[in-house]
Amino acid sequence: MARPKLAEFTSANHPVRRIRRIKELLIEAVLFAAAASSVFVTLGIVYILVSESLPFFAHVSFTEFLTEREWTPLFAEPKYGILPLLCGTFLTTVIALLLAIPLGTIIATYLSEYANARAREILKPILELLAAVPTVVYGYFALLFVTPLLQKIMPNLPGFNVLAAGLVIGVMIIPYVSSLTEDAMRAVPGYLREASYAVGASRMQTAFRVVIPAAFSGISSAYILGISRALGETMVVAIAAGMQPNLTLNPTEPAATITAFIVQVSLGDLPHGSVGYQSIYVAGLTLLILTLTFNVIGFALRKRFREVY
Amino acid sequence: MVKAEVKNLNFSYGEKQVLKNVSMPIYDNKITALIGPSGCGKTTLLRCFNRMHDLYKGAKYDGQILLHPDEVNILARDIDPMEVRMRIGMVFQKPNPFPKSIYENVVYGLKVRGIKRRSFLQERCEQSLQAAGLWGEVKDRLNSGAQMLSGGQQQRLCIARALAVEPELLLLDEPTSALDPISTSHIEDLIVDLKKTVTIVIVTHNLHQAARVSDRTAFMYLGDLIEFDETSKMFTTPSDKRTENYITGRFG
Repeated sequence: MARPKLAEFTSANHPVRRIRRIKELLIEAVLFAAAASSVFVTLGIVYILVSESLPFFAHVSFTEFLTEREWTPLFAEPKYGILPLLCGTFLTTVIALLLAIPLGTIIATYLSEYANARAREILKPILELLAAVPTVVYGYFALLFVTPLLQKIMPNLPGFNVLAAGLVIGVMIIPYVSSLTEDAMRAVPGYLREASYAVGASRMQTAFRVVIPAAFSGISSAYILGISRALGETMVVAIAAGMQPNLTLNPTEPAATITAFIVQVSLGDLPHGSVGYQSIYVAGLTLLILTLTFNVIGFALRKRFREVY
Repeated sequence: MVKAEVKNLNFSYGEKQVLKNVSMPIYDNKITALIGPSGCGKTTLLRCFNRMHDLYKGAKYDGQILLHPDEVNILARDIDPMEVRMRIGMVFQKPNPFPKSIYENVVYGLKVRGIKRRSFLQERCEQSLQAAGLWGEVKDRLNSGAQMLSGGQQQRLCIARALAVEPELLLLDEPTSALDPISTSHIEDLIVDLKKTVTIVIVTHNLHQAARVSDRTAFMYLGDLIEFDETSKMFTTPSDKRTENYITGRFG
């Protein structure tokens, strides 16, 4: 039997090549659909949030929403000022970050620049276990362990307070911050470290003056992810911070965050279409805008500090 | 005058012995070239001088490198490699400036030594860039990023960075292998010029470069130091057959 010539296979009309072209087109379509689905979900969420929020603003003026100092949508005389919720969200996030950013960065520096392979192999999985604990467990940890512990130092601390919730969220997001920061630091090429050591720098100087600045673009992503996680955290604050909208910057008081309010209300029995019901969507939209802002800032930071090495 | 002395140096990485009983002097204010085929251990020997191997696991030194005038054995276990690197500078094969400004690159070594006075840093920055033959090209843009410079300029910046801390010994690891011929000849002129102030050890793959710039040459092969002599003698009348084969291009 004569063997087919290579030229036959390489002609553009050969069935093998036609099938290959069709396969390519199909694969491309499937991949595109997968990528597009996430975009559609996002657009769908934005559409629902905006369309449910618009009627709300027919009842409540935008100025009232932004300047009113109380948030009581469920009272007989409801007031709709977002400030107390923003304040609670802001406060828990700041407390969480004050803990998670320094600690996460230090852990990452240790793992990337100091630890030997063995120590890293043991420590990393344990650290990542922190991210695997369900948030509801963290919530009760804050309420039943951290708060009583803090009360030993501050006897007047109420059972529900922002401080314990913020600290526990901080612990929760440490693995996100440290893991991404470490990845960014380890991506810094070895020749930059050698250059630093070669002029007599210590490990600490090399880490803080060369590696961290060179990795700053990636590190800023890690921080932004941490911020987004802290802003959106729900269970811990709902359980441990008290669910009382409270315009205060005092972390030893109870307060509610945007997320805590949403759970609280959506668990109740508000009639569909009422202003109280719509307020959930407004709160959700506010949160979305908040996290979106941080993501945009993060994107800009990443671009600004992208190092060419 | 001898600046440093390698004495019976054995070096191994894990199980593999890379340097076998190497002994040689490094003369003061002279340029010593290390040549030999790939894998002969010349870069490994160079990196012993500033204890660069200590950064990686499995490095084992045996023997001595005495640094004069104080005759300290820089390979001794109780000697902190950081202290060694404070005295011995290095320039690498591939230009490796930090992703910082030109100025910050040059003064980095001074800053890690805790020097903060701005006037001093600026003065030293200018001197070092002058010495590296880069001052004229960058004096108006000291605060722009080092990444903006060409490869040859980056390498001269790395030389300036090493010179800023006034090393007693300067190690050059194939400093021109990543550069074009014009930048290479620039750097070669610079190296010859520098020996007035600093003792230099250079690893090179380029035999012409060794012949052009160095005063003494060491030929290494499979971890052994085969021959060490004045460069002019080595390239005209080598005493070992293997040296002759290598420099005439018969292997390597």
